[in-house]
Amino acid sequence: MHRVKVRVVEDALDANNTIARANRDDFDRNGVTVVNIMSAPGAGKTTLLERVLRDGVEGLRVGVLEGDVQGSLDADRLAHLHIPVTQLNTDSGFGGECHLDANMIRSALPTLPLADIDLLVVENVGNLVCPAEFRIGEDARMMVSSVAEGDDKPLKYPLMFRACELVVLNKMDLLPHVDFDVDRFRHFLDQVHPGVTVLETSARTGEGIEELRRWFASLPDRAVAPA
Amino acid sequence: MHELSVSSAVVDTAVKHAAGRQVLLVSVRLGHLRQVVPDSLVFFFDLCARDTVCEGARLEYEVVAARLRCEPCEHEWGVTEPAFRCPLCDGARVVVVCGDELEVASIEVHQEEPACIV
Repeated sequence: MHRVKVRVVEDALDANNTIARANRDDFDRNGVTVVNIMSAPGAGKTTLLERVLRDGVEGLRVGVLEGDVQGSLDADRLAHLHIPVTQLNTDSGFGGECHLDANMIRSALPTLPLADIDLLVVENVGNLVCPAEFRIGEDARMMVSSVAEGDDKPLKYPLMFRACELVVLNKMDLLPHVDFDVDRFRHFLDQVHPGVTVLETSARTGEGIEELRRWFASLPDRAVAPA
Repeated sequence: MHELSVSSAVVDTAVKHAAGRQVLLVSVRLGHLRQVVPDSLVFFFDLCARDTVCEGARLEYEVVAARLRCEPCEHEWGVTEPAFRCPLCDGARVVVVCGDELEVASIEVHQEEPACIV
């Protein structure tokens, strides 16, 4: 028996990134733009989607992929929109992962109606840490934070606030009832991710929803995030 | 909490390069910006390594300090806090020089025959 050192020098997430690139190629081939939506649990991703997709995104046929550890509650909530919604559970064959990864998306590809959509909205599992590490083959990443979560979150979860092209500050209607300082939040965010676009929204009052819809509509022309 | 996911990815990478050989040591480089807690990584590594050729292997790590560079003014500096604006010109076009590594640098394996040296 010999003890042998093997030089590796490989990013631990290389395997995931390789599969993400394959996903991206498949999406590109079908002319589908993909946006990955990430947030902590309860920031309002599903309600925002209901609100934005209710009246459609101009010029685009939209489909949704719902990622959850378990159950189809979120997919059920979107059923009334009459758009293709696919549920992906990370507990079925994936070990109950707290995030979506490229391989899960790869497994779901045959169930997605890629020929019938132009924009695929992927709602990631609610989690402020792991989803930031795992590319899925998306063109853009959007992160949702809410005023109910505290204004110091960018400093606590810099990985997540850096791994996106748009930060949505949601539940603005709650501002009078919580100790959330919007300027402080924007200041911390600017330290962590200088220059990132911020949208203030409320799914309840409709504030910022039209702007968010326009951002969705602009995605096929932008395709900013490298896989 | 992402140490479990990262450990799993580290084990997968080591298993691939071990090509069936028993792994004794895995050396990783952890960039400061990746916010990996080394002790947690070691704990989860042992769990993830079970029933693989990495079972019983030791995980050693080196934490890489973060350095940033401002593209327009070319200022380069070290950071310990997540502050990504250039302290000189206040610019936002800042790149990470080092500190975002999540790299398996090398592994040590048991090999039956001496390695073929050409």
